[in-house]
Amino acid sequence: MPHKPPTQEELEKRKIVGINLETVTDVQSTDFPGHYPGEDHAWDIERFKKGFSVEFHQNDPYEASFSLIGCDASIANAFRRIMIADVPTLAIENVFIWNNTSVIQDEVLAHRLGLIPFTGGREGLHDFLKWFKKPAEGEQPNCTDYNTVELALNIKCEHNENADPNETDPTKLYHHAHVYAKDIVFKPIGRQAHYFSGENAIRPVNPDILIAKLRPGQEINLTMHMHKGVGSDHAKFSPVATASYRIMPTITINQPILGRDAEKFQKCFPKGVIGLEKVTAKEAAQKGSGYEGYEGKLKAVVVDPKSDTVSREALRHEEFKDKVKLGRRRDHFIYLVESTGQWESDAIFLESVQHLKEKAKSLEKQLINMVR
Amino acid sequence: MAARPESEDIAMDDAPTSHQPEVKDDTMVDDEGEDVDENEDDEEEEEEETQRVKLLPGSTETAASFEFANEGHTLGNALRYVIMRNPDVEFCAYAIPHPSEAKMNVRIQTFEGTTAIEALEKGLRDIQELCDVVTDKFVAAAADFAQKKAVTA
Repeated sequence: MPHKPPTQEELEKRKIVGINLETVTDVQSTDFPGHYPGEDHAWDIERFKKGFSVEFHQNDPYEASFSLIGCDASIANAFRRIMIADVPTLAIENVFIWNNTSVIQDEVLAHRLGLIPFTGGREGLHDFLKWFKKPAEGEQPNCTDYNTVELALNIKCEHNENADPNETDPTKLYHHAHVYAKDIVFKPIGRQAHYFSGENAIRPVNPDILIAKLRPGQEINLTMHMHKGVGSDHAKFSPVATASYRIMPTITINQPILGRDAEKFQKCFPKGVIGLEKVTAKEAAQKGSGYEGYEGKLKAVVVDPKSDTVSREALRHEEFKDKVKLGRRRDHFIYLVESTGQWESDAIFLESVQHLKEKAKSLEKQLINMVR
Repeated sequence: MAARPESEDIAMDDAPTSHQPEVKDDTMVDDEGEDVDENEDDEEEEEEETQRVKLLPGSTETAASFEFANEGHTLGNALRYVIMRNPDVEFCAYAIPHPSEAKMNVRIQTFEGTTAIEALEKGLRDIQELCDVVTDKFVAAAADFAQKKAVTA
């Protein structure tokens, strides 16, 4: 029997994961050689290029949202995982406490300092700074300008002589009652003066992060060393607050939903997902469309399925039974990347793609090495 | 069961799936010994050189298991996907035998005419090509978006 190539409609249908009231269907991808007899599903870069597209929804330094369309979940998930755990950033790694008479214990203070996100000149952060190699037991650490950034925090709380006698606000009664991230001082060493000067200085992303509270007589004197690290080692090194994706929801209205039902249907979805339109004279004139005699009445139309949360509320109502079909597009990933400030959000994604490529490249070399 | 002929299969005791200390297997290159004296002075080179991929015992030309050190689901699943898209591959799967060991295993079985090693190599090359396409399309889309935003603003 000769093989019949799939129709466009059939190809679209294959991409949809069905979402029913209590079950899901067609969850796994089927684009593998041998899955559909007679069809060619071999990996082909030209075919991938043709079917793959990127669509931006938002692109700000601290938040980017975009869609990857036409790629498999395993690839999309690799990028997501790399963004969270493998893209390097600079963070406080060692804290040398000379004096800490505040109520916060040394180790708690050190931990709080480590979690503060920092930023600075991109060229210096990404190109100039290199990995710091942890010294072996008993060995002296090799801290130089290209692998260590030094910071200092020296602050003492004192009475404010000019404060009103009836004042109760500690920030007015005392100097430095609150220690903020902006009180941390960057100490450039060697070539760092070139890469991190002026607006490129190493500084906290948010200057107003509260580190500690002091009372007169208490002080904090410490120096810190920042190193490059990755999120898989410690979350403080992760360049993203969140990096996640959703799969594109689909809503298909199979039979007309009209009048009061349409309004109820609209309320089953988040705002903006379902719109209400008037049935046109042309639609009403069409026999068998289900709109006969309803000219001018409101009908439900799908406006923005991307905003749907796929709550399945519509499926709970008897009146919408068989009239609506919910699903998700298996190959459409809507990413949301929120940077902590050291990278631009879109640059984090590009870096993750680059990272996967480098990974594959180095392993290919290793494999050739192994065979040899 | 008793009448089963002598097969190429290896008893379980002989073929641990991971955490294999130094195996003296002729298909594997034991480069540890040669490396020590050569790269004493260059630390970065030494790190590059450590062999992270190895062929597990019990492998044949067309059916092999590979062990990747310091890899996880990130590469494992992506690699499994592209290898499965190869029509010469009969079977491909990946596993992380134990979560507290930083090791990832890939099993590849191919049809006659190609080898498991070739299929793995093609998979790694395909990932690199894929990444180039994603980068190009992403950069173009970002530029497009910025331009559109500038026009409406």
